[in-house]
Amino acid sequence: MTRKQKRLTLIFSALGLLGAAVGIVLFALRDNVVFFYGPTEMTEKQVGPGQRLRIGGLVKPGTLVHLEGKRITFSVTDGRNEVPVSYTGLLPDLFKEGQGVVAEGALDKAHVFRADSVLAKHDERYMPREVADALKKQGVWQEEGGKAGSGANK
Amino acid sequence: MIDEVGHYALVLALALAVMQMILPFWGARARDARLMALARPAALAQFAFVALSYAALTYAHVVSDFSLANVVENSHSTKPLIYKISGVWGNHEGSMMLWALILTLSGAAMAAFSRAIPPRLLADALSVQGCLGVAFLLFILLTSNPFARLSPAPMEGNDLNPILQDPGLAIHPPLLYLGYVGFSIVFSLAAGALIGGRIDAAFARFIRPWTLAAWCFLTLGIAMGSYWAYYTLGWGGFWFWDPVENASLLPWLSGTALLHCAAVMEKRDALKIWTIFLAILTFSLSLLGTFLVRSGVLTSVHSFASDPQRGLFILGILVLFIGGSLFLFMLRAPTLSQGGLFAPISREGALVVNNLLLTASCAAVFVGTLYPLALEAWNGDKISVGAPFFNLTFGPLFAPLALLMPIGQNLAWKRGDLLAALQRLWFAAACGLAAMLAFYAAQGAPVTAYVGAGVAIYLIVGAFVEIFNRIFPAGLRASKNVASRASGLPLSAWGTAIAHAGLGVTLLGLAASGWGAEKIVSMKTGEAYDVGPYQLSVVAMTAAPGPNYREAIAHMSVSRNGAVVAMIEPSKRFFTTRRMGVSQAGIVTLNFGQIYVSIAEQNDNGAVDARLYWKPLVSLIWLGALAMAFGGGLSLADRRLRVGVARRAARISGASAPAAG
Repeated sequence: MTRKQKRLTLIFSALGLLGAAVGIVLFALRDNVVFFYGPTEMTEKQVGPGQRLRIGGLVKPGTLVHLEGKRITFSVTDGRNEVPVSYTGLLPDLFKEGQGVVAEGALDKAHVFRADSVLAKHDERYMPREVADALKKQGVWQEEGGKAGSGANK
Repeated sequence: MIDEVGHYALVLALALAVMQMILPFWGARARDARLMALARPAALAQFAFVALSYAALTYAHVVSDFSLANVVENSHSTKPLIYKISGVWGNHEGSMMLWALILTLSGAAMAAFSRAIPPRLLADALSVQGCLGVAFLLFILLTSNPFARLSPAPMEGNDLNPILQDPGLAIHPPLLYLGYVGFSIVFSLAAGALIGGRIDAAFARFIRPWTLAAWCFLTLGIAMGSYWAYYTLGWGGFWFWDPVENASLLPWLSGTALLHCAAVMEKRDALKIWTIFLAILTFSLSLLGTFLVRSGVLTSVHSFASDPQRGLFILGILVLFIGGSLFLFMLRAPTLSQGGLFAPISREGALVVNNLLLTASCAAVFVGTLYPLALEAWNGDKISVGAPFFNLTFGPLFAPLALLMPIGQNLAWKRGDLLAALQRLWFAAACGLAAMLAFYAAQGAPVTAYVGAGVAIYLIVGAFVEIFNRIFPAGLRASKNVASRASGLPLSAWGTAIAHAGLGVTLLGLAASGWGAEKIVSMKTGEAYDVGPYQLSVVAMTAAPGPNYREAIAHMSVSRNGAVVAMIEPSKRFFTTRRMGVSQAGIVTLNFGQIYVSIAEQNDNGAVDARLYWKPLVSLIWLGALAMAFGGGLSLADRRLRVGVARRAARISGASAPAAG
């Protein structure tokens, strides 16, 4: 092979591989991205059953029900709208009524959100950012951040 | 008093950093040897002052000096000593202090151990390192001062986030930072070389030891972080494709590419531009990781507090260094001469493919990590890109690496013989196939599990084929001089083999997760529950007080075929100061697999809800990473890579004309 041929082989194999990588990434981005909605956005966008989503908001006080066989139901609210959620499994340590929560899953035919994973806050001071934004959008955000937390501890 | 000393030392370190940034650079332009020589003592003194400042902060944490806001917010007088010391970096200000400490340590290490590096290159590189020091020390002093006072001082602190009160905190951040920030040395050398405009094969010799060392620490840091998340989060997962994890994987991928590419540059004087680019890219990705984690763009257990001012400042640092270095690269790259030629089928060719695949998978992870942020900034849509995306993109790009790795090792430099390399690998391939069939017979589906396990075995065996052929050049029967040949092999050959086999070991652990078992049950005392081949039963529930928490422990027995093989004690801790519960998973390792139990609150009827997992061979995931780092360390101990060698080699090759202009 001449010097030029060698270089061309190198360049074309590199371009081919890059093209393949770009193709895979674009393909994966089309089908494997999950949108995040608050309860109000969910009603506005009229999400159909079966589409995978993440929803976030506050666990509405008084709606948490433990059914038999680790099944639980609760409602996620942003103060304006709410979505009923059902979940089977153990809840995270910081899951509480009135606290922020993020759930991933899909709506079923009865418009109940079937969550396959439920995430809560990492510690009592922080709210998942998506939840805070969703609440701010609805104007029901209350500053419950660091100061309130540390004040209560003294 | 000690706090003021610490604060003052930090300011002095900044002044030294400014000096280190300007004077040697000026000296290199004015060809003033005295000014250039200033870089070394400046780097050492800068490290000494940051270390002093860091020690003062640690002292304040240890003696619970609640006049410091940082101590009040993150410590408590009853906190165990280990968390008082490691809790220093368990918060934003302290973790930036650790960053600065390691950054100046890197500068000092470069100054102390780089007598082989030509004085002008060293002066320019240390000047760039000083520039990094200025940026980060300014960031600490202006936006995240750990020595801020609180008046009046409260009697008690708020305690550290309970999730962080774990031995992992003492190990994971320092290792990760040594990796992340260790790449700053390579970055500075690359930028220095671009400023000077002289880049030859000796440059690869200067950066290889530092690259290798940083890579080993990064490997260990990522593995440790993954194991910490695994045992602490209670989900039994070890990698979540969380943006924060990806932020550490990105520099690892490009650092791995750099490691291999620098070998080509050192041996064959080829791929120079690419090596320089990777050196810049790797540290840029480290900076990007810092930005993502520290700016509050992402919310996670790592982002301690978000403050837009800090985010903007780090973004400024990011733009300055990445933009500046890429601009310099753009100016200089065309002037670099092309080095040694090689045929597409050769060791170099294989390493080029390695680099392409590694950077492509790095790019895929990069897109998946940043696309949600970009989209939100663009139109406000919030999306999450999770495991399915990464499995679909990272998997196919990384898998060919596993297949090609042993082949590349068996190709000769310059011009290789593919057929001969494949012939040499027949035994490894046969082992892989046999293992695949054996795993299928023993464990069955899913496909990814037994195919993955077969590939892993091929990889482990294939990693040692090259060494085998060098020890037994004429086959097993002619086994004369075997011992002397084995001991005569360079340590770096063993290091390569062990590190590559380590990847195979990790892959085996990953593949085996397909055979795991998982269930959620409400466990009543005395009843047995099956998980995988084992039975678990609760023997007793007890309560115990800890230093700053209360703990409810479930004592469980693990038995197989009626015989008790282990005891396991998952618990639930309640931290009183932060009024927060944390589950402590119970884990027992059996034949490299693990039984993993995490419990929830006890129900009213006395039963306890628990997640039970059987994870076969799971410990191999982290043992493989240990092997990779060990292999890297072994290569680092090779005498060819020692610091002095570059000087001798440079002296010898100095007679021949320098390759780059």
